[in-house]
Amino acid sequence: MSDKKEELITLIRQVTDEVAEIANSTPFGVIIKAESLLSVCELLHKNPAAYFDMLSCVTGVDNGVEAGTMEVIYHLYSIPLNQSLALKVILSRENPEVESLVSIWKSANWLEREVYDMFGINFKNHPDLRRILMPADWKGYPLRKDYQHEEYYRGVKIEY
Amino acid sequence: MKGLLDQQFEHGGVIITKVDDLLNWSRLSSLFPMTFGLACCAIEFMSTGSTVYDMDRFGMVPRASPRQSDVMIVSGTVTFKMADRVKQLYEQMSEPRYVISMGSCSNCGGPYWQHGYHVVKGVDRIIPVDVYVPGCPPRPEALIGGILKLHEKIRNESRMKPTAIEQLIEKESHV
Repeated sequence: MSDKKEELITLIRQVTDEVAEIANSTPFGVIIKAESLLSVCELLHKNPAAYFDMLSCVTGVDNGVEAGTMEVIYHLYSIPLNQSLALKVILSRENPEVESLVSIWKSANWLEREVYDMFGINFKNHPDLRRILMPADWKGYPLRKDYQHEEYYRGVKIEY
Repeated sequence: MKGLLDQQFEHGGVIITKVDDLLNWSRLSSLFPMTFGLACCAIEFMSTGSTVYDMDRFGMVPRASPRQSDVMIVSGTVTFKMADRVKQLYEQMSEPRYVISMGSCSNCGGPYWQHGYHVVKGVDRIIPVDVYVPGCPPRPEALIGGILKLHEKIRNESRMKPTAIEQLIEKESHV
């Protein structure tokens, strides 16, 4: 497996130099710059050595106001090569913005919408970026650490 | 109270009863619930309709349209997104209509009472509820218990008393 890790890291180095391995991560994961995400994913999707043909999961993480960062984690899986890879990008909390991956994997559409709905992370060039779980007129992003819900929603009290 | 058909049929098949009793009896013997489920309670609701528990013995057949239903069994978590739909469905039902709130979620928010920003803390904040069935989820026996409680309520109703006008007067006097 360690050979494969090295192989994948060298592959990503073709596009960007800033690759950092996440320690003790299962599946194997790397941190990359948000700006290089799209090019790295295009490479990982097309290159026969990687061939990640499936985006299984997109996760958002809010590290809180003090840390001032947010993370988006992409879980890739290659069906023919039976290997997994996690990609992590770290974004600023003031203006969390990252390139959408819908142009590569169709499954990114709803997954990114969910992250947008819960964390308010903006996915650039997403074809249909709107809330997927919460009602369209909902205020705020519920899974942010500093989220405070409204007192009323359409005249119904939210608090118990 | 004994059922209407438990009485003796004497005097040439004529029975004497009150209009209220007759109407209530006919009404409670064919409560059509709406085919409608929100969460895991709906599974228990479906079990109640199965052969083992046989909801049909109370004359209850789920109807696919709110316009043909008499009782709405709110079986599950009512989220704010669903709340508008629940209210709309309730308004589409024709009078007399009844609501059974099934399970902790629709009674009071259940396990979501504290941190569930998306859950309505009790369906009675949206629509009036006649019977609350506790449980998480309630077993079919408990739901049947709730249905029998609703029967009891309907049996004691009266269409002869002008309560509606009295209620209106009382409401106006408060304003």
